[in-house]
Amino acid sequence: MNLTLKIWRQNGPTDKGRMETYPVSGISEHMSFLEMMDVLNDQLVRDGKDPIAFDHDCREGICGMCSMFINGEAHGPGRGVTTCQLHMRSFKDGDTIYIEPWRAKAFPVIKDLVVDRSAFDRVIQAGGYVSVNTSGNTIDANAIPIPKPDADEAFNAATCIGCGACVATCKNASAMLFVSAKVSQLALLPQGQPERDIRVKRMVEQMDKEGFGNCTNTGACEVECPKGISLSNIARMNRDFLSASLKGE
Amino acid sequence: MLESKIPQGPIAEKWTNHKNSIRLVNPANKRLIDVIVVGTGLAGSSAAASLAEMGYNVKAFCFQDSPRRAHSIAAQGGINAAKNYQNDGDSTYRLFYDTVKGGDYRSREANVYRLAEVSANIIDQCVAQGVPFARDYGGLLDNRSFGGVQVSRTFYAKGQTGQQLLLGAYSALSRQISKGKVQLFNRHEMMDVVMVDGKCRGIIARNLVTGEVERHGAHAVVLASGGYGNVFFLSTNAMGSNVSAAWKAHKKGAHFANPSFTQIHPTCIPVSGSHQSKLTLMSESLRNDGRIWVPKKKEDALAIREGRLRPVDLAEEDRDYYLERRYPAFGNLVPRDVASRAAKERCDAGFGVNETGEAVFLDYASAIERYGKTEANIQGIDSPSKAQITELGKAVVKAKYGNLFDMYQQITADNPYETPMKIYPAVHYTMGGLWVDYNLMTAVPGLYAAGEANFSDHGANRLGASALMQGLADGYFVLPYTIGDYLADDIRTGPISTDHPAFVEAEKSVTERINHFLNNNGDTPVDDFHRRLGLIMWNKCGMARNAEGLKEAIQEIRALREEFWQKVRVPGTGDQYNPELDKAGRVADFLELGELMCVDALAREESCGGHFREEHQTEEGEALRNDEEFTFVSAWQYTGDPSEAKLEKEELVYENIELKQRSYK
Repeated sequence: MNLTLKIWRQNGPTDKGRMETYPVSGISEHMSFLEMMDVLNDQLVRDGKDPIAFDHDCREGICGMCSMFINGEAHGPGRGVTTCQLHMRSFKDGDTIYIEPWRAKAFPVIKDLVVDRSAFDRVIQAGGYVSVNTSGNTIDANAIPIPKPDADEAFNAATCIGCGACVATCKNASAMLFVSAKVSQLALLPQGQPERDIRVKRMVEQMDKEGFGNCTNTGACEVECPKGISLSNIARMNRDFLSASLKGE
Repeated sequence: MLESKIPQGPIAEKWTNHKNSIRLVNPANKRLIDVIVVGTGLAGSSAAASLAEMGYNVKAFCFQDSPRRAHSIAAQGGINAAKNYQNDGDSTYRLFYDTVKGGDYRSREANVYRLAEVSANIIDQCVAQGVPFARDYGGLLDNRSFGGVQVSRTFYAKGQTGQQLLLGAYSALSRQISKGKVQLFNRHEMMDVVMVDGKCRGIIARNLVTGEVERHGAHAVVLASGGYGNVFFLSTNAMGSNVSAAWKAHKKGAHFANPSFTQIHPTCIPVSGSHQSKLTLMSESLRNDGRIWVPKKKEDALAIREGRLRPVDLAEEDRDYYLERRYPAFGNLVPRDVASRAAKERCDAGFGVNETGEAVFLDYASAIERYGKTEANIQGIDSPSKAQITELGKAVVKAKYGNLFDMYQQITADNPYETPMKIYPAVHYTMGGLWVDYNLMTAVPGLYAAGEANFSDHGANRLGASALMQGLADGYFVLPYTIGDYLADDIRTGPISTDHPAFVEAEKSVTERINHFLNNNGDTPVDDFHRRLGLIMWNKCGMARNAEGLKEAIQEIRALREEFWQKVRVPGTGDQYNPELDKAGRVADFLELGELMCVDALAREESCGGHFREEHQTEEGEALRNDEEFTFVSAWQYTGDPSEAKLEKEELVYENIELKQRSYK
């Protein structure tokens, strides 16, 4: 199929940026979206032009590196997929496709479609862990039984890939879904209890410091999340945050 | 002369005795010592976190935007540990035995035993970190079986075990970053190791965002930079996975061991066209319940290929469950190398089931029925209808393998609950890597290699769910002990100055190479060369190899490499984010490694594990080892040209396991 791509070009964080138009042809419906971008870049390099910078790595939907805002949606049309899992059979011959980077104050553009998401890492560094040393001198793994529903729920929260689609989708660029997923995972497990209060307070504080917006319960993040992280995690985090704040630690 | 430094004494006591006898660095002195860790996958993150907890000052490097994105994240099936929670007769010895046998008797006994010994502790550690492993209804940890073994010792978190373990290690790393004990350098690529007075004393790295070339000094350097499967271009590795860190170390004196030992994973989604950029693995855990088959008759295979016959309509007696037929004892759970070759054998014989003729079926119909019946019993449904059974069975399969089935459907647009999946082998893992001694130190003093980057534990074939085990064992439990023995000499050294001429020289050569790429007047994109290299490797150094093909491959790679340096075009500049430039450096290294892999495969006149030389097979087409002449590790020393690499042999001594022809029949 033949397509017209309107792609955001920006040379660096200080460049103003603009949309540019690129025709591509000979695209097979079996290609992934990123393979279509490979075709375009191959052509640009051969023509002596600057190829489009975009983040990608595992190309199987788990590393969380790819991050394109396609036709106004994070990771494009389709639910439960990352950009790398989106296939060209979702489009048809003659389509015009708009491709933009994640847009959020806390995610500055590095180049074209590549943004800096280290704010997420700093939120995790603020408390997204259990403070246990890796010496191996812990108790036997089966010493504390964990009810299967709790373990499953913790797992569901833990499947977040940290791609940032929630932030890109949110009209406030809020990171609540991402942060609450980690808070929830550890709040649901016995291992996470000792630091439960301090963790939620520190992570929320860091989230605010990074310049993410507030949550207004629109729920767009849940819809666009490629891993189906549930909005109920945000409710759990709010409850934990309130409870921790009331304890006044 | 390579010294493996295997401790004396009975195998079960070696590691304990070694830990008791090696030197320690006291806590105050650890604060005076800097360690660099390259790579933040399971081995790198766990090593960096553990070393920092102990008190060392750590600098961690990754090329991705965050340490959490390293390719360990994509491991699906699980992690082995000799916990014997299932009471099925598992033990440290059995895990050790299975791993050595699975590796076709080409791994080092002492290292493998240690791996098995620390495996149980890994699970304790991960649970303590909050890793949400799968549990049964009693709240205890669940296990599944994997290929090449007859016990259930694999711990898992749905099909995302690697993700959960890596996020556990990443959280431990994040904790140390917040304390300032680890300094993180994301979007940085290691460009070279720096040698001062015969010791590794740092690295040259490039900031991939600004293009700046930086010098970093340290008392020791740990490479946990993963494997080199991307030399084949098409593999299940992430796009950025590369050999460059290990290859630079090789060029500075570290031996590269068994480079030709490549794992071709049997259950991957088949290639769909020439545009393909990577291949996707379907977890080996699918072989637990799925049955692999092709049609018995060629005309049926043809009819399926041409879309005239639906696989579900082919009668049971017309199907060839070839793994169950050939290997009744292990059936669909034979090791990966065996399963891959068997698929290739059927497809080469004309029984392939997709348009390219390179696919076999992985069928869940009978598992759905079996689970459906059990579930009907649990729910007390008397004489359930077939439709009810199927529905109940699908729900069970969905709970176990849902995300894998979704992934398959997303890529192929086929619904695996309704029609069998199509699979074909693909490059997945590399058993070879930097040669290391028992302490995980390479032949270069102060330079260590951990995880997939080293060669030590998997011999000629890795068993499923053992890569995660090895990565975490190296990082959490082995390196933190063994590195102290070396660093004990450095408590008075003081900070390593990066003004030393060795750093200046290394930085200069890195900059020169970058400038060469940017100023080269070529016309061909980097990927073009990478694809061509991959084809040579797949066709002549892939699932089956022969002397003639390997000799041709060596000549073709040399010619391609020459063409690359003349014709490659790298756009942009060196002082900005420039992924084409990053790729050029990696492909340049692959073009040298590929040749060494062929040299190694040519020199090893036997078949073992993933290395299958067509000249050396049994009458039944199984791998035929030559223990008399080849019970050794091939450690190659760089001499300036991959074809001229010098072979050093580390003889493998088996004191605890008798060498046998591997049989899964």
